[in-house]
Amino acid sequence: MSDEQIRQKVIDIVCEHLAVNKDQVTDKTSFIEDIGADSLDIVELVMELEEEFDIQIPDDQAEKIKTVGEAVEHIKVAVKNKDKDGGAKA
Amino acid sequence: MTRRRVVVTGIGTVNPLANSVPDTWRDLLAGKSGIAPLTLFDVSKYKVRFGGEVKNFKPEPIIDHKSVRRMDRFTQFALYASHEAVTDSGIDFAKYDPFRLGCIIGSGVGGLAEFEDGHGTLLSKGPDRMSPFVIPKMIPNAASGNISIRYGLRGPNTTVSTACSSAAHAMGDSMRQIQYGFADVIVSGGAEAAITPTGLGGFIAARALSHRNDDPAHASRPFEKDRDGFVLSEGAGILVLEEYEHAKKRGAKVYCELLGCGNTADAYHITAPHEDGIGAAEAMRAACREAGWNLNEVQYLNAHGTSTGLGDVAETKAMKQVFGDHAKKLMVSSTKSMIGHLLGASGGVEAVACALMMKHGVIHPTINHTTPDPECDLDYVPNTPREARVTKVLSNSFGFGGHNCSLALGTV
Repeated sequence: MSDEQIRQKVIDIVCEHLAVNKDQVTDKTSFIEDIGADSLDIVELVMELEEEFDIQIPDDQAEKIKTVGEAVEHIKVAVKNKDKDGGAKA
Repeated sequence: MTRRRVVVTGIGTVNPLANSVPDTWRDLLAGKSGIAPLTLFDVSKYKVRFGGEVKNFKPEPIIDHKSVRRMDRFTQFALYASHEAVTDSGIDFAKYDPFRLGCIIGSGVGGLAEFEDGHGTLLSKGPDRMSPFVIPKMIPNAASGNISIRYGLRGPNTTVSTACSSAAHAMGDSMRQIQYGFADVIVSGGAEAAITPTGLGGFIAARALSHRNDDPAHASRPFEKDRDGFVLSEGAGILVLEEYEHAKKRGAKVYCELLGCGNTADAYHITAPHEDGIGAAEAMRAACREAGWNLNEVQYLNAHGTSTGLGDVAETKAMKQVFGDHAKKLMVSSTKSMIGHLLGASGGVEAVACALMMKHGVIHPTINHTTPDPECDLDYVPNTPREARVTKVLSNSFGFGGHNCSLALGTV
C-alpha cells in the first residue's frame, strides 16, 4: 500500500467515524480541537485503524496521536514494520 | 399539602404501525396490524419468525450521524420519539431552570443488540477488540442519559426497569417528582429494541410467544379464544409531563391529566401472573383512589392484554374484582392487538393512545376478536373503533417479576 493510499484510507475512516466531510480534513486536523472528538471516539478510531491496517498501536503511542497527519505517519511506519516481519516469517 | 397537578403536553412514538403520532392514530382507528415476518436478522432456525418491527426507521437527521453510531437501537427510538413529543409540546427548554427539567424512561432490557455485538467481538477477537461504546450503548439508562444531554435536562433523571411495566412505572415516578415539587417538566415513557437473537430466543424458551407463523397479522388476539401467546415488538412511546400551572402559563395544549399510579407486586411467580389477579386488581384500585375517582366512574380501560392464555384471564378476573357490575359497562381495549408487545415501551405507547382517545373521542378497537373466550367476557371494543367521549381512563401494565402498574388518566 502506497503512502498516499494509507493517507486516503485514514481520512476515509476519520470521516466515517467522526461524521466530518473530507474537505474539512488535512494532515494538520486535530481530532479533539478541530473535529470535537472525545476520548472514547479516539479509542474507537484507533481500534478501527488497527483493524483496517492489521497493525497494533500500543496505548502509550496511541495517546500521542493528536492529528490526522500523526496518525498517517504512525501507520506508515507500522505497516512497513509489519511487511518486514511478514517477509521474514515467509 | 395539596399535590401539584400533572398534565400531558406532548406525545411521540415509533412503533410497528408507524413512526409518528398522526400515522399511528390513523392505523389504530383503521384496526391495522403492524405484525409481520421478521427481517432484522436470520430467523430461519427459530420457532417464531414474526414480530412487530419498527419499519423504515431512519434516525438521521433527527439524530446526527455520529450520535447514531453511539446509540443502541432502543436509545435511537427513545430520542426519535422524544423529538416528536418535545416538538409537539412546543416547549423551549432553554427558557427554564435546567434543574427543574427531568427525564425518566423505562426499558425492560436496554441495549440488547449492543450487548450481543460486544459479546460476539469478545468471543471472536478477544477483549482488546471490544468497542469503547459497548457499555455506554447497552446500559438501560442510555436513553434517559442521551435525552437529558440533547435537551439539557439537569433535574431528576432515572431509568425504571420492571420488564413490561417499565414505561408505566417511569410515568408514575415522573408524576410524583412533579406532584411533590422536585421538577416542573419531565420527559417520560419507555423504549425497547429486544428483537435480537437473544431476545427472541429467550422469549421463545419462556413459552411466552404466539407461534402463528403462517398468519402474523392475526397472531396478537388479546382476550380471544384462539390466542396462543404475545407478539414480540419494539419501539418507543414518549410523553412530556408537565406541572399544570407551568403548562397553562406558557399556553401549552393539554392532552390529559395524569392523576394516579397504582403500583403493586404479585409476590407470586417470576413470569406467571397470580391466577386471580390480586396484585393487578389492587393496582387499579390504588390508581383510582389516588385520582379521587369512584370505581364506577371509570369509562375506559386500556388493558395490558398481551394475548397470553393466563394473562388475559387473570386481567379480566382482576377487572371484575375491582369493578363488580360496572365491569360489564366498562370499555376495554388492547393496543397490543395491533402493535404487539413492546415490553418496557408498551405503557408509553399505550399512554399516547389513551391521550389520543380522550382528545378525539374515539376508542380504538381490540382487533382479531373473532371467537369470544368464555373466561374473557367483557366489552373489549371488538374489531371496530367506537365513538365515545371518555374522561376517566385507566391504563394497565404488568411485568415479569410480578410488577403491576395502573395509571389513571383523565381529561382536564
